[in-house]
This record gives sequence, structure tokens and C-alpha cells, in this order.
Amino acid sequence: MSFPLLTATAALPALGAIATAAVPAARRTAAKWLALLVSVGTLVLAAIQLVRFEPGGARYQLTESHAWIKDFGVRYELGVDGIGVALIGLTALLIPFIIAAGWHDADPLETSAGPDSSFAAGRWRPTQGFFALILAVEAMVVLSFEATDVFLFYILFEAMLIPMYFLIGGFGDRAHAQGDEAAATQRSYAAVKFLLYNLVGGLIMLAAVIGLYVVAGSFSLNEIAAARASGSLHMATNTERLLFLGFFFAFAVKAPLWPLHTWLPNAMGEATAPVAVLITAVVDKVGTFAMLRFCLQLFPEASKWATPVIVVLAVISIIYGALLAVGQRDIKRLVAYASISHFGFIIMGIFAMTSQGQSGATLYMVNHGISTAALMLVAGFLISRRGSRLISDYGGVQKVAPVLAGTFLIGGLATLSLPGLAPFVSEFLVLVGTFSRYPAAGVVATLGIVLAALYVLVLYQRTMTGPVKAEVQGMPDLKVRELLVVAPLIGLLIFLGVYPKPLTDIVNPAVRQTMSDVQKKDPNPVVEAAK
Amino acid sequence: MDNLIALLIAAPLLGAAVLLCGGRKLDKAGHWLGTLLAGASFVIGAVLFVDMLGRSADHRTVTKHLFSWIPVEGFQADVGFQLDQLSMTFVLLITGVGTLIHIYSIGYMEHDENRRRFFGYLNLFLAAMLLLVLADNYLLLYVGWEGVGLASYLLIGFWQHKPSAATAAKKAFLVNRVGDMGLSIAIMVMFTTFGSFAFSTVLGETGGASSGRNTAIGLMLLLAACGKSAQVPLQSWLGDAMEGPTPVSALIHAATMVTAGVYLITRSGAIFNAVPDVQTVVVIVGTVTLLFGAIVGCAKDDIKKALAGSTMSQIGYMVLATGLGPIGYVFAIMHLVTHGFFKAGLFLGAGSVMHGMNDEVDMRRYGGLRKYMPVTFVTFGLGYLAIIGFPGLSGFFSKDKIIEAAFAKGGTEGWILGAVTLLGAAITAYYMTRVMVMTFFGEERWKHAKTPAPDQPGVEPAAQTHGAHDEPHPHESPKSMTIPMIVLAFGSVFAGGIFGIGDRFVKWLEPVTSFDHGNSPVAEWTVTAATIVCLLIGVGLAVAQYGRKPVPAVAPRGSLLTRAARRDLLQDDFNHVVLVRGGEHLTRSLVYLDHSLVDGVVNGTAASVGGLSGRLRKLQNGFARSYAVSMFGGAVVIIAATLLMRAV
Repeated sequence: MSFPLLTATAALPALGAIATAAVPAARRTAAKWLALLVSVGTLVLAAIQLVRFEPGGARYQLTESHAWIKDFGVRYELGVDGIGVALIGLTALLIPFIIAAGWHDADPLETSAGPDSSFAAGRWRPTQGFFALILAVEAMVVLSFEATDVFLFYILFEAMLIPMYFLIGGFGDRAHAQGDEAAATQRSYAAVKFLLYNLVGGLIMLAAVIGLYVVAGSFSLNEIAAARASGSLHMATNTERLLFLGFFFAFAVKAPLWPLHTWLPNAMGEATAPVAVLITAVVDKVGTFAMLRFCLQLFPEASKWATPVIVVLAVISIIYGALLAVGQRDIKRLVAYASISHFGFIIMGIFAMTSQGQSGATLYMVNHGISTAALMLVAGFLISRRGSRLISDYGGVQKVAPVLAGTFLIGGLATLSLPGLAPFVSEFLVLVGTFSRYPAAGVVATLGIVLAALYVLVLYQRTMTGPVKAEVQGMPDLKVRELLVVAPLIGLLIFLGVYPKPLTDIVNPAVRQTMSDVQKKDPNPVVEAAK
Repeated sequence: MDNLIALLIAAPLLGAAVLLCGGRKLDKAGHWLGTLLAGASFVIGAVLFVDMLGRSADHRTVTKHLFSWIPVEGFQADVGFQLDQLSMTFVLLITGVGTLIHIYSIGYMEHDENRRRFFGYLNLFLAAMLLLVLADNYLLLYVGWEGVGLASYLLIGFWQHKPSAATAAKKAFLVNRVGDMGLSIAIMVMFTTFGSFAFSTVLGETGGASSGRNTAIGLMLLLAACGKSAQVPLQSWLGDAMEGPTPVSALIHAATMVTAGVYLITRSGAIFNAVPDVQTVVVIVGTVTLLFGAIVGCAKDDIKKALAGSTMSQIGYMVLATGLGPIGYVFAIMHLVTHGFFKAGLFLGAGSVMHGMNDEVDMRRYGGLRKYMPVTFVTFGLGYLAIIGFPGLSGFFSKDKIIEAAFAKGGTEGWILGAVTLLGAAITAYYMTRVMVMTFFGEERWKHAKTPAPDQPGVEPAAQTHGAHDEPHPHESPKSMTIPMIVLAFGSVFAGGIFGIGDRFVKWLEPVTSFDHGNSPVAEWTVTAATIVCLLIGVGLAVAQYGRKPVPAVAPRGSLLTRAARRDLLQDDFNHVVLVRGGEHLTRSLVYLDHSLVDGVVNGTAASVGGLSGRLRKLQNGFARSYAVSMFGGAVVIIAATLLMRAV
């Protein structure tokens, strides 16, 4: 038996989480280094996956399969396609940066009388817990990108809520305008809202998972897809539609799609910046990934049936998210609404059912992860310096901290999809792919690029330019640790903007497969069709 | 030889990377490095030009495929370059004027602590602009298109600590993004129509597409051009863009970037030629802007804003010419090049004046400066004569040709367009003479001048003094600044003659843009005579108004039109009321609705199922313990469901 690479990629952070949590309370720094080391090790394993993955080869590669719950045919079945392996790469890449950026986020408060009041002293070790939880999330996210058994995927999809819940509810920004008490309340509210929204989505999905088992008699993605393709498994139209809706609802909550988005600004606003990145750049991607893998593959007919409505909702998300971002006063909530707009693009690309749209959507997931990480982490550095999330509390930062301002601007330019940076490639592909099938949606969505410029540049102007505010005076520029976090992300944004071919080569075959699953062909160019 | 094309862009790009990433250590040498690389780019351009001249007219296009950029099923985007006579013209203009302005900036920005960054941005601009004109497909052109927008944003807002500069930069980027949306949609239509957006495919197969699709592409390209070239209705950013340092105004907002729209339309000539209706729209846009810019130019007291109005108006001439089709393309580009020389020269002259006048921009506080700044006076004067079309100078050749082409359009339209372009020539002569007289002649109004309070009525907000409040001591600028001005003055004087006599420029560009004489109902000499008469009327009026009488230090209230023109013909007020205020109301109400309605409805729906809302409200009120209950509840549900399934 060959080395179980996929299991190892998930097992390493899982074991790392346990080990980190077990580090004695006094050795906080050791726990941090251990977590960082584990995340880098996971990145190495993910890189090996990328190298060993053959773009032209079988659909699912590096597969593993073991019986798990025999009574129901639940198997521990893993495999990656181009989309999965790209997203595992993204996850493994971002976690070390998230850990490094959050290096001091869970240190005990030095100034206040005792440790953070939400944790009883002694029983809970916040620092170890913080990093252990991040690794736990990584393990589950990676495994969910690998799972080809529907039930296994479902378990992971739900289970990752638990560490996320504690990360959001337990660790917030240090200084809060309304005091510690109010901050704790708002954090709890955000965490519970996150949990309940996603639990409800998950429960509906559970019903659909059970329904699928009843109809298909199997949880194996491969078996069901093969049976559907060969015609041996027939689903009544209504059954398929109901099952599709059950799955889609859960993914749309997680992604999130308008109008199920309202938990995201709360969660991203209250969580620390690195955790906010974890939510939007990593965990939420499971939702859009699952739309591609499960909705389109298992329920192709129902997917096509629902497409017009979903595309409209996605367009609403794009415009609505962007407009709300314009209206925000809180830096982190602004980024959250921008993300909602971007998730609209991803979902629109997936359901446009064109090669460009789906390749674009997959690239978008990766690029959005990197660009949001760059913007949000720098925003976090900024917030940690001043102790406020309000845009109006800043002004003139560029003058005192030019490097911070410069990196913030680049993160912002990536968010507004400036050509030359990675997000442009994916956004344009999504727009072109949508336009060729739904011209009206494509045109309306293009308005999003104007609005994106508006919220990014207004944010930059209000925080970074103008006269230097008194509270901003003396603000230190980026430290070495912070620069080490941001610089590689920016480098990657530029590289993937100029030369995305390595990524498209991996993604294209998977998209071709998905297109054949839904039996859709790209519309022909008009001039060619006429010939 | 074709490898040099990539090097042309790489040189300034390298400069930008080094200057922007390099630390303070580079402060001492940064400006030299930036200037050297701009110069290197010009030398490479010159080598390529000589090489091109060595080949026959039909074999001058060079293409270079660099790498496959975005390879996706059914979608092929490449990084490839196309150097033909049209892009060659731009390459020489961009790198030539660009290098001169780098040299000028060494002196102009000498005391700025961020000079290194300034040169980094300038180099970035050169790289993006070269990419724009060298791309062999529309998507890569788009990269350059937004790239120059970024450079423009960074440079307008270079003095970020000034709120007005930061606002102007943001405005420029946003208005340009509206135009970019047009380019983006145009590319999408091209893709669905031709399956490609390479120049060769799109422009070669235009005939195969329906006129509806060509119309859509043409209109969207025009929208893009309006944004970048500050044409009505997207012109509002250019005046504010004067917040940037003056060398920036000269290079980006006069000579090169703002003319990108003219390049885009000329490059896409095949599409526009196929849809005459769109051409009519192009002509209308050009004509309206021509008058709009000229009127605004007459009313401004800020020397840079007056010149900005003029830029808008002159680009209006070019856009009008491109709308005429093959009669006009060549002359649009010819005017673009000569305009590049004299307008860059005028801006550099204005910068030189400001340099000697404590950064004062209000012409009402200039006067009689010719004695103190002889070089600036002579070079500015030559640029002035060139722009008003004084016989024998550059503007005379290029603008005259556009006026002739307007008549040659034929029919009633031809007469209307001809008359408007003549009127424009008269107004141009008027406002430029006004600038000239107010600045260099008459009483020395800066002596004992008090700086008016910014909130004093009648004073433009932009005309506040930025500099010291002492009485200025006008003086000539250093050599690094005057030499570029002298070189550009040579261009202003001779370029038109070199291009125009013997139809050299027509023969040079014809293989790319094609050319058609048209049937002018008016003889050539009549047009020339009419132009000269218009010129004299304009000059005469301005001299009578500003030369014969003393210029009041504070602008008189003026007629309704004057007051409107001072406010950019109220377009900004319209934008403010409709877009800014309206937008604020929209986003504010959406923020409210998102909280109360969307959140409320979703929570409420859930509440009717599981009491979610009540539990959430409790938590918000501080019942911290109940979240543990919620959590436990969730876990129980999961376990129960799993068990339930076992039982199925």
C-alpha cells in the first residue's frame, strides 16, 4: 500500500492540534512555534500533493478507501481532483500566515487585573487553545476537500463549526470601544449566530444526505455519479430537486449567498483579523467547493433547473454586498461585505455553466483567499495599533507608517481586481463566462467593479490619507514579523496575476469533467456559429 | 529586434520595482535611476524606429508573442505585442516626452522628501502606458489601461496629506472605472462574437458580425475612451486631477494618458467604420467636449485648470476627428502628437511659473512675469502660438487638418462640424491669450498681494494659495527644468511642419489607419483663411479684455455662464447631488435594511421554527450562559439525527 498522502495532510494538523493543546500553560511560545511548524509541515504535504497530481490523469487521484460504518456503506473514501488539490494548497498556504499574523492575539492581557474574563483562570489555556483550534479547523477543512464519501463530507462540514465557534466567541479584538463587557457580549452573539445559521443549514443538508442514501443506496460520490451517468440510477425530477435544494441551502449559508449572509459581518467583525481570514478565505470556500463537487455532480438536472434563480441571487449578492461595504463604518465589517460581493462572483461563475465561468470561479476561490488575507491581515495590524475598528478613528496613516499603508493599498487593489494582480484574472473569467450565457447578469455584475473601487478607495482615503490624526501620530510601521506575513502574499498576488498558468493547468481538466457531468457545452462565438 | 519590444516595457517596470521596494538608501540616486531607465526606453524606441524605417511600408508591423497568459478552455489570452506605425508613434511620444519630464522633475521635486517614490510612480506609468499601446489584444490593453489609471491615481494623490489631492485621486480612479466597465463589456461582447479579443481576429472579422454587436462594441469602447480621455460625460475628473504635481499634469494629464481614448478608437477603426451611427455618436461627444472644455478654460483663474480645460477641448478635436473615419484618424493622431509637445511644454512652463511664485496658481496674482522668467516666457510663448494655430507652427498644421476634415465630412453635418471647429479655434485663441496676458504681461499684481481668505466669496476653492504668504520673488527655474522646456518648444514649433509638409505623416500612418481625402465643399485655402480670422478674433477679444484694462485681483462676479463655467458648467454639482448624495442615501438605507429587514426576516423565519430570534436577543442582552445551552442543543440534534439514521 502506498503512503496515504491525503490522510497524512489532514492528520498532521489534527495531531498538531492535540500536541499544541497539550503544551504546558507556561510554555506559550513553544506552543506557537509548534503550531507554526505543523502548519508549515502541512504546507509541504500539500505541495507534494500538487506535485504528484497529474492534471491529465484520472479524475480523482491519490485515492484512499476504507470501510468505516459497514451497516450503511459509509466509507472513509478520499480523492482529489484539480479543484480540490488547488483549494488544499490554498488552505495549507494560508494557515501559516494566519498563525504568524495572530502570534500575539491570544496572549493574556497584561494590563487588566486578571486574564480575559470569559475564561476562568487555570482551567483554560487561551494561547494553546487558539492555535490548536486553528490547526483543528485546518485538518477538517483539508479533509472535507478530500472526502469523496457524502456522509464523511457531511460530518466534517458540521464538525468544523465547533472549533470555529470557539475561535469566534473566545478571542476578540483587544481593545473595544464599548468596553470589555460589551465586547464579550457581541462576540458571543456573533459566535452563536454563526453556529445557529450553519447548524440549520447543516441539518437541512443532513435530511438531504439521508434522502440521497434512501434513493441511491450509497454514500459514495463515485458510485452514485457513475450510476447516474450509466442510467442505472434514476431519480424522479422532484426528488432530485428536493435533494439538490437541501444540499444547496447548506452551502449557500456557508458561502454565504444573499439573503443568508447576515452572520458573516458579525462573525468577521467580532473575530480577530486572522480568524476572520480563516472564516472567509478558508472555511467559507468549503461551501462554494461543495456546490461544484456535490450539487453539480450528484444533481446535474436539478442544478440546471435552479440555475436562473441562483444566478439572480448571486448578482444580488455582488451588488448588495458591494453597496453595503460602501456604507460601513467598521473596517472589518467592510471587508466582510466585500467578501459577500466576491462570493456572489464565485457562485455566479459556478452556475453560469461555462468553462470560463467555472475555471474562473475556482481561481476566484484561491485568489480571493489570498487577496482577502492580505487586506484583512494588514487591517488587523492597523487595528491592533490603534485599538479601534472604526474607519473614522484613522487618518493620515500613510505619513507615519508608509509601508503599512502601501501593503494595505495593494491588498485593496487586489480586492478591487486591478489587472496585473491575481483576482483580475478570475473575476474577468467569471464575467466573460457568465456574459456568454446570461448577458444581462454579466453586465449588471460588471457594475460591481465600479462599486469595488468605491469601497476600497474610500476606505484607503479615510484611513491612510489626509492630515495625521493625533491618535495616529507615532504609530509604528510594520514590524518584521508582520512584513514577513504580508510580503509573500503580495508576491503571490502578483505572480498569479501575471502567470496563472500553473493554476489553470491543474483546474482546467476538473472543470471539463464538471461540464460533462452537467452535459453543458460552451456557447459558440456568434461569428463562428454563422460559418 | 522583436525582443527589444519587451525590453521597452521592462526598463521602466524595473525602475518602478526598484524605486518602490527599495528603501531610503536609494533616496540619493533614485531620481537618476528613474530618469536613466526612462531614457533607456527612449533609446530602445529610437532603435526600433530606425529599424522600422528600414523596411517598406507594408512590412513594418512586428509582432512578438511572449507567453500564454490565461489558458482556459475556449479562452485564449496571451501576452503578446504588436509594434506598427501607430504604436511606434506613441512609443516615441511616451518615452520622449516622458524622459524630458523625468529630467524636469529632478529639479521640480528637489525639495520633496518622497522624490524617490515620485520617480517610481512615473516609471510605473511609463511601463503601463507602453503596455497599453503595444498590446496585441484588448485584454492586455486593458491591463495597461487600468495600469495607467493606477499610476494616475497614485500621482494625483502624491501629496496625500492634502485632503483635496486624496479626493481628486479617488475621483479620477472612480470616473475612470466607469469607463473601464465599458472596456470590460466591450471585450466580453468581442469574446462572445468572435471567440477572441486579439486585434487580428476582432478587427479582421468585423464584417462577419451583426451590426448590433458591432454597435455594442463601438459604444462600449467609446465609453472607455470617454473615461480615460475626459470626454463628456466622464470629463469631471480632469480638472481636479490638477492637484497632482505639475510634471504629472504635463505627462499624464496632457501629453499621453488622456489621449489613450483617441488611441483606442483609432486602433479599433475597423469596428467604428462598420457602424456609422456609432461614429456619429463619437463625433457628437468630441464636438460637445471641444466646446465644453474651451468654455471652462475661459473661466478658470487657476492656470493649471485653465490648461486642463484646454486639454479637454483639444482632445475633443481629436475624438471628433476619429469619429470622421478614415478622413480623420491620421489627423487625430497627428494633432495628438503635436498637442503632446506644446501642451506638455505649456504645463512645464506653468510649473516653472509656480516654482518661482511660491506655488501660486491664481493667474490674477501673476502679471508682468516676462521680465523675471525670460526662458519660461519664450518657451511658453512658443507653445501658446502653437496651440492657437499661429501659421507655421505645429498646431496650425494639425488643427487646420482636423477643421478641413470636419468640412470634408460632407452635407449639413460637415458644415455644422466645420463651423463648430472654427468656433473652437476662436475660443482657444481667446482663452490661451488670456492665460498668456494675465501671466506674462500687464501690471505686476503679485507685488503687495494679500492672500485672500479661502472662504472669501468669489474665490474658487481650488485657487487657495498653497505656498507661503510672503510676497513672492519671481525667478527663473534651474537648467534641469528649462532644458526640457526648450526641447518641447522646438517640438511645438517644428513638429507640425515636419509632419504636415509633403503629407509625411499621412503616408506614415496610412497603412495602419487607412486614409481618405473626402470631398470637401470648401477649398483648402478658404479653411486656412477662416481659421486665421477666427484666431485673430479670439486674440483680439482677449487682449481687449485683459490687456487693455487692469485685471482685478479678485474675480468679478461675472455672468451666469461665467459662474457656471467656473464650476465646470455645474456638472460636479449634478454629480454631487445625484450620485454622491443619492448614493449615500442608498447605502445608508441599505445598511439599515440589512440589519432590520434581511437579518430580521431570516431570523424571524428561523424563530418560527426554532425560537432562534428569542435566543439571540437574550444573548445580546447578556445572558452569556445560554449560548452554552444553544451549543449543547446543537450537539444533541446532531447526535439524535445520527442515531435516527441508524434506525432507518
